[in-house]
Amino acid sequence: MADVHLPGTLTPLFPGLSRRIDVDAGSVQAVIDELESRWPGMRDRLCEPGPHLRTHIHVYVDRERASLGTPLDARSRVDVIAAISGG
Amino acid sequence: MPKTLVLVATRKGAFVLESDADRRDWTLRGPYCEGWPVYHAVRDAVTGDIYAAAASEWHGSAVWRSKDLGETWTLSSEGLAYDEASGKKVSKVSSLAARNGRVLVGVEAPGIFQSTDGGETFSLLTTLAGQPGSEAWDDPANQPPGHLGISALALDDADDARFWTIVQGVGLFETTDGGTSWTPRNRGLRADWPRAHEEVGFCVHRMVRADDTRLYQQNHVGMHRSDDDGHSWTEITEGLPTEFGFGAAAHPHDRDTFYVIPLDPGHGRTMPEGKATVWQTRDAGSSWRPLRDGLPQHDAYLGVLRGAMTIDSYDTPGLYFGTSTGQLFASNDEGESWSEIASYLPPISSVEVAIVD
Repeated sequence: MADVHLPGTLTPLFPGLSRRIDVDAGSVQAVIDELESRWPGMRDRLCEPGPHLRTHIHVYVDRERASLGTPLDARSRVDVIAAISGG
Repeated sequence: MPKTLVLVATRKGAFVLESDADRRDWTLRGPYCEGWPVYHAVRDAVTGDIYAAAASEWHGSAVWRSKDLGETWTLSSEGLAYDEASGKKVSKVSSLAARNGRVLVGVEAPGIFQSTDGGETFSLLTTLAGQPGSEAWDDPANQPPGHLGISALALDDADDARFWTIVQGVGLFETTDGGTSWTPRNRGLRADWPRAHEEVGFCVHRMVRADDTRLYQQNHVGMHRSDDDGHSWTEITEGLPTEFGFGAAAHPHDRDTFYVIPLDPGHGRTMPEGKATVWQTRDAGSSWRPLRDGLPQHDAYLGVLRGAMTIDSYDTPGLYFGTSTGQLFASNDEGESWSEIASYLPPISSVEVAIVD
């Protein structure tokens, strides 16, 4: 199970979503797919059409900057960050 | 007694001010929409739903919806995106129009999406492709920072297939077939710059309808009036302190009465001499008079954006305008006197009013 940490800006948008959840997924893309299946609309909040990660959504896997294709192992930590943007 | 709701879209969420029909005492609710930058908020007069067009720097564009006058909200962006193959992106949702569950959404890059299920799902209605020069104004590289794309939508209350839109920096367009085909409605407008096409290239800031044939607009260069439903325009700037401004409102019961807020042109774009003033014509633009009672007259360098002035439909209409520094002013007597009904809001993008029975 990947240990997924989400930004606080997401939790008000999806009832029942917590900032830290376990997701069984083999890649960042698969994490987002799983989040989308559990909270419809989530993909739009994290990705643009393509899909591509939104400009100011940064993902780190085990503290390394990641992309949608970055693989996960069973104990990966995934941090989804709403990067600082504007005031 | 009916309620009066003023819907305020700001850079940090939407707010609702509520009063009765007297419109003297107001209570403020908000911020809503989780503090997302909100560009426009409107109420569907038939269903009563409120919609807010918002674009988060982090989480993209969406339309928020409230079925309980703003107390609770949900959001959706399902279908509210261009195909990746088009090369275009929805950077923001800028403008809304809603009636009876049909929601039109104006976006940047310029395009109009439509929902027919009350804002749950959306599909692309038009990009106005084929209009003169559209291949250039569709190019994201030609769009300046802050560009709104479709900066306004205006419905025809008597005909669902007919509505108008403003493409920022391009002009006003009308459709009579639900958005399939479009006609530029810019004849007679002034433009102080070279244009590649005769019928487009005009900077229409705000268009309002007074009745079935009378339209007004605040343009980048001058105020204008149309007596033939937008087919031709006549400038009515003479008598005003500047030709530039954004906000405009047409009296709902007197087609010859129209209000604007002239601003200094150039980079400042605040009220001239630091005196907050709304200007009114009661003769369709032949003459103008300033309305200042209750508005700050010293050191008030206030700006008002294109969607941030409106008027209600009571027998004695009330006027409302919000500033880019977060003040909201209201008049319950057709602009004769004013009061500041909110003082410390975030920068205000738009102001709309609804009467709820």
